[in-house]
Amino acid sequence: MIPSSYYLALSAIIFVIAVVGVLVRRNAIVILMCIEMMMGAAGLAFVTFSRYLNSLDGQVVVFLVMAVAAAEVAVGLGIIVSIFRHKETTDVDEINLLKW
Amino acid sequence: MLDFAWLILLFPLLGMVINGFIGNRIGKKRVSRVACAAVGLSFLVAVGVFFSLLLGSEEHGRTVSLFSWITVGDFQIEAALLVDQLSTLMSLVVTGVGFLIHVYSIGYMAEDERYARFFTLLNLFIFSMLTLVLADNFLLLYAGWELVGLCSYMLIGFWFERPAAADAGKKAFLVTRIGDFGFALGVMLIFATFGTLSYGQVFEQAPHTLTTSLATVVTLLLFMGAAGKSAQIPLYVWLPDAMEGPTPVSALIHAATMVTAGVYMVARTHVLFELAPLSMTVVAVIGAATAFFAATIALVQNDIKRVLAYSTISQLGYMFLAVGVGTYASGIFHLTTHAFFKALLFLGAGSVMHGLAGELDLRKMGGLKDKMRITYRTFLAGAAALAGVPLLSGFFSKDEILWHAFNRSVILWLIGIVTALLTSFYAFRAVFLTFWGQPRERELFEHAHESPPIMTRPLVVLAVLAVAGGLIGLPHLSAIEGFLEPVFASHETVHATEASGILEWVLMAVSAVVAIVGIVLAQYMYLVAPGLPDRLSKRYAPLYKLLFNKYYVDELYGFLFVRPFQRLAHFLDSVVDPVKLHDALFIRPFRGLTSFLDLVLDLQVIDGIVNGVGSFFAKSSQVLRRVQTGYVRNYALSILVGAVLIITYLVLSGGLR
Repeated sequence: MIPSSYYLALSAIIFVIAVVGVLVRRNAIVILMCIEMMMGAAGLAFVTFSRYLNSLDGQVVVFLVMAVAAAEVAVGLGIIVSIFRHKETTDVDEINLLKW
Repeated sequence: MLDFAWLILLFPLLGMVINGFIGNRIGKKRVSRVACAAVGLSFLVAVGVFFSLLLGSEEHGRTVSLFSWITVGDFQIEAALLVDQLSTLMSLVVTGVGFLIHVYSIGYMAEDERYARFFTLLNLFIFSMLTLVLADNFLLLYAGWELVGLCSYMLIGFWFERPAAADAGKKAFLVTRIGDFGFALGVMLIFATFGTLSYGQVFEQAPHTLTTSLATVVTLLLFMGAAGKSAQIPLYVWLPDAMEGPTPVSALIHAATMVTAGVYMVARTHVLFELAPLSMTVVAVIGAATAFFAATIALVQNDIKRVLAYSTISQLGYMFLAVGVGTYASGIFHLTTHAFFKALLFLGAGSVMHGLAGELDLRKMGGLKDKMRITYRTFLAGAAALAGVPLLSGFFSKDEILWHAFNRSVILWLIGIVTALLTSFYAFRAVFLTFWGQPRERELFEHAHESPPIMTRPLVVLAVLAVAGGLIGLPHLSAIEGFLEPVFASHETVHATEASGILEWVLMAVSAVVAIVGIVLAQYMYLVAPGLPDRLSKRYAPLYKLLFNKYYVDELYGFLFVRPFQRLAHFLDSVVDPVKLHDALFIRPFRGLTSFLDLVLDLQVIDGIVNGVGSFFAKSSQVLRRVQTGYVRNYALSILVGAVLIITYLVLSGGLR
């Protein structure tokens, strides 16, 4: 059986890749995808601990996270579509009106 | 009938109220009717009271209580009227002469704009004078005393557009106020001594309670008030100036009634004066001195009303001489006859003024005898009565005073008889200069005309009274003394025993001769040898100037009192004035304090703090707002950094374990 630490390491690697993706990419849709990746990584960690601790609590949280992620994608994509209609772009560096 | 005495007061009061409130709306005719009816009805009531006293059984009169005026604990002042022979006689004079003068005023004031105001004030004056006369206690007397002073002030200054009239009103008010000050002190002293102000109680207790020295102080204080109101030395200076008022006012207030209030008051309080022989002497001496002094001034005055004014002062001096030697009835007798003939003379002078378009200067008149027949004849009757021509009213009353003065002191009699000579001289000087000789101003003479009947009829009535008025006081049959006896009972009897012998007839003959000599002298100087007065005035220039300038008394008072007071007032105003003192003590320090608070504390400290806080945030936000870049990456990075820091802290502090 594969030890839990492997799963946790994979989860951390995916999470770091996603964070870097959020920080360096400019396409709003890619950023949104990276956020989904972070949630997926977090979900993997939850499930791992659920198994490790013999408790179903972690799996329940994962369901909750998936529901939140679905809702978040619906809202986030809606905002992006709306912005795109305005500015003909999804580059977040172009969308910088809310500043000093 | 005595119980209805309050009606005497009520009618003038009603007249005043009616004319005062709606006088301007009801037209001149109704105003004069209301005013005259008020005084006329009052006169009729007074006549009724007079006859019920004369014929009735009540010898000592009666106190008619109206209402309780002031009640403080045990102290009580009734608004009560003392209706006795003296007050009734005074009421008769006031309302009788007052009525005639009201009627005369209808004609005299016909053209005046403030017609209703004039009659309102006249009615108010009659009411006040009656209050003074009928009062049953010193406080009510004082109230009436001040009210007549107020009326006098307002009526002297009736034509207040003229500065001279306004000034004369102020002068009269201030000078009499000096006397009133003494009078008020006297009343207070009476209250402090007796604990009551009612005449009856005071006079009853006085012989037992008052020591001679206290009585002297009280009576001298009272006499101070009398000297102010009745224009005696040294407070007479206001009366000549009071002639700035309308002539009916001069006749009513400044000749016939108000100025005699002092004489009345001394006669009324004779019980107190009897207890103070020194005061009696003072009254007599001041009376005689004033009589002589004023008569000498009257000799050379050129203004007809001023001649009469000084004559009034002089005659008031006679009255004080009479009450000063203790013969109150003869003082009141002279007061009555004087009211008749002096009112007549003033109204006559007013009639002359009316005919001459307001001219007052004797030197511009002359020859008016035929142009103004009624005025001339009545004026002549008044002047003759004043001069003391035998058998006229002034003769009997003046002669009686002189006879009593002779019994007291020959010197007083001598002063009196010399004054009588001067009196008849100046009285007929006025007559001759006004009505006889050649007209001195053609222009004035041509336009001269007799006054309307409404003015001449009162003159005729007064002339009859001036001629026949003496009959009430014939020597030895004196009706007036008998009538007044209940009031002055204790003293008249003493004098009655003295009044006998051939000496009295000799003295009477002397005064008759003196009166005639004065008239002849005046005739010689102003008709036979008209140049003589001028030559005399040049020859005795210093004396003439002294008399003409009224002994410089006004200037002396100006130097002694008026200017020092003005300087003091100026000093007080510029230095000690409460406003300025207050300014220096409080306002300026507070102004300094507030300006410190305002400029330093508020503007610099408090505003500095507030502005400093504001600009601190403004400046720091200039820096901090750079954080808000608008780039999502930056925000995400700061979230990451934050999360890393928190986790690092938790791991290091062992919070996760």
